[in-house]
Amino acid sequence: MTKNSRSLPPPLSVEHLSMRYHHKPVLTDVSFTIPEGKSIAIVGPNGAGKSTLLKGIMGLIPTMEGEVHFFGESLTKKRLSTAYVPQREEIDWDFPIKVLDVVLMGRHGHLKLWQRPSAIDYQIAEQALKDLQMWDFKDRQISQLSGGQQQRVFLARALAQQANLYLMDEPFAGVDVATEKAIIELFKNLKTQGKTIICVHHDLNTVGEYFDWIIFINARLVAAGPAEEVLTKDNLNKTYGGRLSLLNDLTEEMYRTKLNQAHDTD
Amino acid sequence: MEAFNLIQPASESAIWDNLLAFWRFEDMNVLWVLIGSILLGMSASVIGAFAFLRKRSLIGDALAHSALPGVMMAFLLFQTRDPLIMFLGAMTSSFIGFFLIDWLPKNTKIKPDAALAITLSFFFALGLMLLSYIQGLNIENKSGLDKILFGQAAAMTQDDIRLLGYVSVIILFTVGLFFQKLRLIAFNRGYAQTLGVSVKFYELLLALLIVMSVVVGLQLVGVVLMAAVLLTPIAAARFWSNELSHILILSSVLGALSAIISTQISYLAPAMPTGPWMVVSLSILFLLSLLFAPKKGLIKRYLEHKLLRQKVAEENILRTLYKLLERNQIDQKDFNQADIQSLRSVATEHLQKTLKHLCKKQLIESSARGFRMTEKGFELASLLTRRHRLWENYLNEHAELTPEQVHKQAERIEHILTESQEQQLQEELGNANFDPHGNQIPNQLKTQHRDGGKT
Amino acid sequence: MLTQGFFADFGMNDIWILATASLVAASTAMIGVFLILRRQALIGDAISHSVLLGIVLAFLITDSRSLPVMLGGAVIIGLLTAWLSDTLHRVGKLQSDASIGIIFTLFFALGVILVSLYAGQIDLDQECVLYGEIAFVPFDTIYLGGLENGVEMGPRAFWGIGVVFLIVLVSIVVGFKRLETISFHPNLAVSLGINVVFWHYFLMTLVSMTTVASFDAVGAILVVALLVIPASSAYLLAKSLKAMLFIAVAYSQASVIIGYSVAYQLDSSISASIAVSAGILLFATIILLQINKKRQTYQIPCLIFIVKHQSYILDQRVYHSSE
Repeated sequence: MTKNSRSLPPPLSVEHLSMRYHHKPVLTDVSFTIPEGKSIAIVGPNGAGKSTLLKGIMGLIPTMEGEVHFFGESLTKKRLSTAYVPQREEIDWDFPIKVLDVVLMGRHGHLKLWQRPSAIDYQIAEQALKDLQMWDFKDRQISQLSGGQQQRVFLARALAQQANLYLMDEPFAGVDVATEKAIIELFKNLKTQGKTIICVHHDLNTVGEYFDWIIFINARLVAAGPAEEVLTKDNLNKTYGGRLSLLNDLTEEMYRTKLNQAHDTD
Repeated sequence: MEAFNLIQPASESAIWDNLLAFWRFEDMNVLWVLIGSILLGMSASVIGAFAFLRKRSLIGDALAHSALPGVMMAFLLFQTRDPLIMFLGAMTSSFIGFFLIDWLPKNTKIKPDAALAITLSFFFALGLMLLSYIQGLNIENKSGLDKILFGQAAAMTQDDIRLLGYVSVIILFTVGLFFQKLRLIAFNRGYAQTLGVSVKFYELLLALLIVMSVVVGLQLVGVVLMAAVLLTPIAAARFWSNELSHILILSSVLGALSAIISTQISYLAPAMPTGPWMVVSLSILFLLSLLFAPKKGLIKRYLEHKLLRQKVAEENILRTLYKLLERNQIDQKDFNQADIQSLRSVATEHLQKTLKHLCKKQLIESSARGFRMTEKGFELASLLTRRHRLWENYLNEHAELTPEQVHKQAERIEHILTESQEQQLQEELGNANFDPHGNQIPNQLKTQHRDGGKT
Repeated sequence: MLTQGFFADFGMNDIWILATASLVAASTAMIGVFLILRRQALIGDAISHSVLLGIVLAFLITDSRSLPVMLGGAVIIGLLTAWLSDTLHRVGKLQSDASIGIIFTLFFALGVILVSLYAGQIDLDQECVLYGEIAFVPFDTIYLGGLENGVEMGPRAFWGIGVVFLIVLVSIVVGFKRLETISFHPNLAVSLGINVVFWHYFLMTLVSMTTVASFDAVGAILVVALLVIPASSAYLLAKSLKAMLFIAVAYSQASVIIGYSVAYQLDSSISASIAVSAGILLFATIILLQINKKRQTYQIPCLIFIVKHQSYILDQRVYHSSE
């Protein structure tokens, strides 16, 4: 489709993003730009702020500072072309809802309040479920699915959204081999359609194999670029080598005293 | 609109007479009620504190509601209003409620908040159903049973108060005895378990104490509002201190205070329910704490922030003056507002205010063209500049931020860097003399700054 | 025998009472479904308490007991409760259930104090605050076209809850898909561009309206039982949101009928008996589900036993056949 056309704005650009949890700084001044049609992994140790980064990008947690652009525009204008796949733990799996209804939720953004999913919406949902080999389970209640199947339902929902950019929070966490293969297959399909996938990923053994691009973070941006370039020992050491204690302490102190709000002009 | 139908006193002086009568304890009963309610206020708020710390703030609410059917059942079975029998009945049904709240989320899909609401409303409905059934029966001394809904200090008997006193003292004593263990469990349950502390035992003990204090408080505060007596004092006390023992003492004082206020109102207007007044006085104490507490109160926080803003504004101006000094290679040492505004965008009004503050602190003084830094001001300005540039270096070297990125962060951090942190920076950076932008980092030494002043 | 006595003097008043109770139970059950799913049972509890203050204040200010005034007062106080709890949680850095507890106990206490201060003017008393007076519902009727020669339209409470029932029903039917999304996964709703804050306060408005319209019938606290208990029963059984709504309403209607007959037999409060029946139905459901679960867990070891010994059994057969 639109490959290498440099005039198009990038699917995602993050500028000077800072986030915190209570007073603890989680991310400080992160900036990067994502190329189109690639699969990108966000990698870092536990507590490095991977999920937080994803949530901050999607506007689910308030950010302290910084801007995020989707295809050169603000999130509100590009919501429907951006699909978010949360971690499985976020959900009440006892919720009384069937698989097909979950997938149809992906179509909600396209519908007005009083509109109901049309035949086309059902077709899209059906296709999404079939793509992930979940069509046979369409009438199951979600609590009756295995972990991998639950993950596939979420992916089907994101597919049904027909977005151009997919943000996924640890899609490979705790899934079976079949699901893992299905996800890899899905990535390939999406990329051939020129779509972009960003995943939080924790498995360093597979990151080079599954993804084209890697973003290393540990409370700040360590490196971002094509996998073969940035997957170096040096970057791994920096990412997993612990935090800069002085930076961490002082940023926390800054948020605690609300110093960032005390500064009127910059 | 005609108000105060019930308490409408003959005149204002009648209120004072009544108040005086209250405090002279002309009526011995008054003294007993007062002591009883103070003890209850203290014990309930202390035990409520642990429920709060275990993040189960509303457990008291549910347990108080659960006590109602127990009281009614006890009355139906024994047809007496003996306090001890009522107490045991209430304890039994409260405990059933307690286990139900625990059992439901563990064994069914029902979530903890729903389990609480289910238990609370079901037991309360059951209690009301029994109460309405009793009222339809022909039993003696059934009147007054409904007083435990909202509490009525005036309706309490000697026996009630004696029981209340005993139970409250037992609660306070037990908490005092096991304070260390209870604190440990409240703070970190998992850790307590690894230490070999019998967490189950202490949690059961805590549950027992909560149930006891709730049940014993029903006469005074009532079923519906007992929750507030357990919860509000600790929530208020928390604003005053971080030390658990201080918080506990303070919350028991607040509990006692509200008990005094509400008993007094109940004495002046016997038809008024005590519980609501206790809650209202507690809420007022809470609001006062929220606003005025010296460490964490909202007003204190607001003032601190305002002070910080002012400090930041002053320090920013000093830094600007330092930069101006650096730029002007000639001997010109005094500056006017336009000079400052050419380097830093500040509203004129705001700038004038800040300059005035700086003058007052003798960091700058007025001169021919406008202002000049004093010796003291110059020292502070070079210290700030030094910290700013050291921080820029640190970010540049260790966090690998570009020179464009580091400035904005250093603008903030410079205000909170301490001397020891500055030392640490110095050590980690070796002896760098220039910041990422190529500006010289001012030295610590006093001799040095005179040179800087001359150039 | 019993049923004969029950139906013998079943008159117009009983029909009005049952109809009112049935609408109250249906509206609260539907709203309760969303409270349970969104884990806001406690805020529902809080609002149903606070509403008392709204009613009393609305009456004292306007001197009127018309439905719009009561609804207005309750909605304002209800939203204030939700908002203040949230603010206290953020600004005061208190746990959210603690801030809910502080706010609603204060509002309820103020309500009770006002009720006892102005006891002469408000036809509310402490008892009525707790039980409601569903038995008296038929006597407070409204007239169409003037009090003197108008047509009697039936009890005021019935029409009040009728209007609210329709509002709740229409809101749920129209907003069904949105409500499903925000209840199932608030973060997804945000990422789809749904205004979650709006829907939160919209639900809180519905809760306030339902509680105030139910107030005459069942009082402030029993409403909580009707909000959370039938919806919880449905939560245990339902496989889809639609099913959960239907099951909750079915449970609530069953509680009304059982509760009414129990109250008739025991001469106890009708509203309390309805709430108790709802609870007993829930516990019965839980017990049946537990028994079912136990049976399944016993079946599995049994199956395993058969599978394990299958080879042996087969061997035996082979052995025999070969002979």
